[in-house]
Amino acid sequence: MAGVAGGGGGGCSSSSSNDFQWCFSQVKGAIDEDVAEADIISTVEFNYSGDLLATGDKGGRVVIFQREQENKSRPHSRGEYNVYSTFQSHEPEFDYLKSLEIEEKINKIRWLPQQNAAHFLLSTNDKTIKLWKISERDKRAEGYNLKDEDGRLRDPFRITALRVPILKPMDLMVEASPRRIFANAHTYHINSISVNSDHETYLSADDLRINLWHLEITDRSFNIVDIKPANMEELTEVITAAEFHPHHCNVFVYSSSKGTIRLCDMRSSALCDRHSKFFEEPEDPSSRSFFSEIISSISDVKFSHSGRYMMTRDYLSVKVWDLNMENRPVETYQVHEYLRSKLCSLYENDCIFDKFECCWNGSDSAIMTGSYNNFFRMFDRNTRRDITLEASRESSKPRAILKPRKVCTGGKRKKDEISVDSLDFNKKILHTAWHPMENIIAVAATNNLYIFQDKIN
Amino acid sequence: MFLTPVVPHWPFYNLDTMFVRGLKRKCFDGEEDIEGTLAGIKAIPSYNLQRQSLLDMSLVKLQLCHMLVEPNLCRSVLIANTVRQIQEEMTQDGTWQMIHTQSTGQASLDRLVSTDILCRSSREQAEGKHVSGYSAFNKDFEGDQAQDSSETMSTASSVQAPRNLQSNVWEMENPQENKGNFQKSLDQIFETLENKSPNSVEDLFSEVDNSYYDLDTMLTGMMSNTKMGHCDGLETFSSPTATASNSNFKSDLNELDHIVEILVES
Repeated sequence: MAGVAGGGGGGCSSSSSNDFQWCFSQVKGAIDEDVAEADIISTVEFNYSGDLLATGDKGGRVVIFQREQENKSRPHSRGEYNVYSTFQSHEPEFDYLKSLEIEEKINKIRWLPQQNAAHFLLSTNDKTIKLWKISERDKRAEGYNLKDEDGRLRDPFRITALRVPILKPMDLMVEASPRRIFANAHTYHINSISVNSDHETYLSADDLRINLWHLEITDRSFNIVDIKPANMEELTEVITAAEFHPHHCNVFVYSSSKGTIRLCDMRSSALCDRHSKFFEEPEDPSSRSFFSEIISSISDVKFSHSGRYMMTRDYLSVKVWDLNMENRPVETYQVHEYLRSKLCSLYENDCIFDKFECCWNGSDSAIMTGSYNNFFRMFDRNTRRDITLEASRESSKPRAILKPRKVCTGGKRKKDEISVDSLDFNKKILHTAWHPMENIIAVAATNNLYIFQDKIN
Repeated sequence: MFLTPVVPHWPFYNLDTMFVRGLKRKCFDGEEDIEGTLAGIKAIPSYNLQRQSLLDMSLVKLQLCHMLVEPNLCRSVLIANTVRQIQEEMTQDGTWQMIHTQSTGQASLDRLVSTDILCRSSREQAEGKHVSGYSAFNKDFEGDQAQDSSETMSTASSVQAPRNLQSNVWEMENPQENKGNFQKSLDQIFETLENKSPNSVEDLFSEVDNSYYDLDTMLTGMMSNTKMGHCDGLETFSSPTATASNSNFKSDLNELDHIVEILVES
């Protein structure tokens, strides 16, 4: 099969009825075999328009790419992404009380909707969330009265005449400045942040608690979920992800390590310990094993753009839930079922604890998630077809069409198939993002960021 | 959580694979073992041993958590839950096996050699009883951990409690070589823990005997056949990591609770 028929909403040109193919567009990052730990990408996120693409890495840096305007003289270049801004968002810290290091790794980036010329995003590590303002400066004022061109202050008594400073163009400079720092509100590690549809508040979730913030207020946050037991020895479940509903500003969901999702309504009570809806799929008793709970742990939850569905990712599958049906998902997609017989090895090498993310396309007709060996998977919800693609340097020629990949599970391995035992479990794709309107995807493969687009005819 | 013994609906192909693999490995390794006719089947680790291995692995993982910068709480909770699950089942099995042998005494799985023969050999082995491997494990663990200032180790001494012989009925004792191999794996673990380097976590598991990975098919496959009757018949002599350690469930539970308490309080 060729590709996923995921038509974009809005001004997208691709027709949803045609199959299209994914092509390589760009790859960012060092080609070096030796990967520096700090360069490992830990989060990827498009902004609301899709013109900006942000990545965060383990070294606490944020790199923002901007899509170039389509150039008529280069018709095949469908707007490439080039570096727009790079800044150090978080630094490593030391918690003296606990004698523990706080990693600078960026766990999540979330963009705010654009309200003026500047762009705003939230970035978080394990403990602290920061609001960054990214603004452009392409003009410079000259002709100050109180200081000369070098910046030295003039003696006011020596000034005999006044002049009006004039703005002169300069080379474009993109500045990132931290506008708010939201700290000291989380005892445990922050795993999620989510901007509310009211554009004024956002939530941050750690293993046991979820806090609600106002973007303007940094010295106070409201605790809206607390699942910490009185006796910590009784702890058996943690929060793994949380997200606000895209349209209803009072609704959010959070997922747990036991494979459950709770939907909460903030209007019902101040502390949303009692959920409004509880989503859980009954366990299949015939497939129960000691690893059942671990593989049921949800690593990511995402609302559809429409707000009618949500998607959850557990170790082996992706599930789509209708918010009106709590007892089971409406769709289940197997990501890499062939790993089920390898769970013990994956437990041993800790791969079973890998947290894969998932994402919707702009029209909610397709979903994407990562796997091992730098494979990533896409599922078309309408045609029920799926495809496995690989992010690799080998298929990195400009506009090269990506060839579907297949993992061989049985005895006979066909040509071009790869056997389960040959998979590289160090090459994992945990973070992927889909452009909000077009068929452009960003896939983070360790320290490289791959950008793929649909084929231009 | 406590599953009653039922015939699994889930296909047996995994078991078949295990048999085949066991046979192949047996031939390949050329290991000398008890009865030639049963050689192939004996190459497959017994469920109890598998489970014990998983328990040991999990406990090691929890210990290693203390060494890292700040333990990932989700991972720790999931591992702790797994340990609890195993221990609950083992506790139950201890009782169950007694009842079961007395009441039914029949072979569980048609495809397997009658448990009679296998039981016989395991009982013979059971005479050999006490493998000091586990005791040594506790001692060493205690000793090495003392300097690591891990409070959990204070409970290690309580782990050496009287063993439940009844639970050993279906467990076979390892010959010397398996003990030696297990000790070797443990030594590697202690070395790593002494080094206290987080990177050696990867090294630790890379040094584990490769046959460990064959546990996969057995372990995950067998989990759903959990119910004691089914697993009795399976044995192995060739899995080096299968250990003769017989854990004392209660003390493990105490240790576990202690670990979790320390873990989550940090």
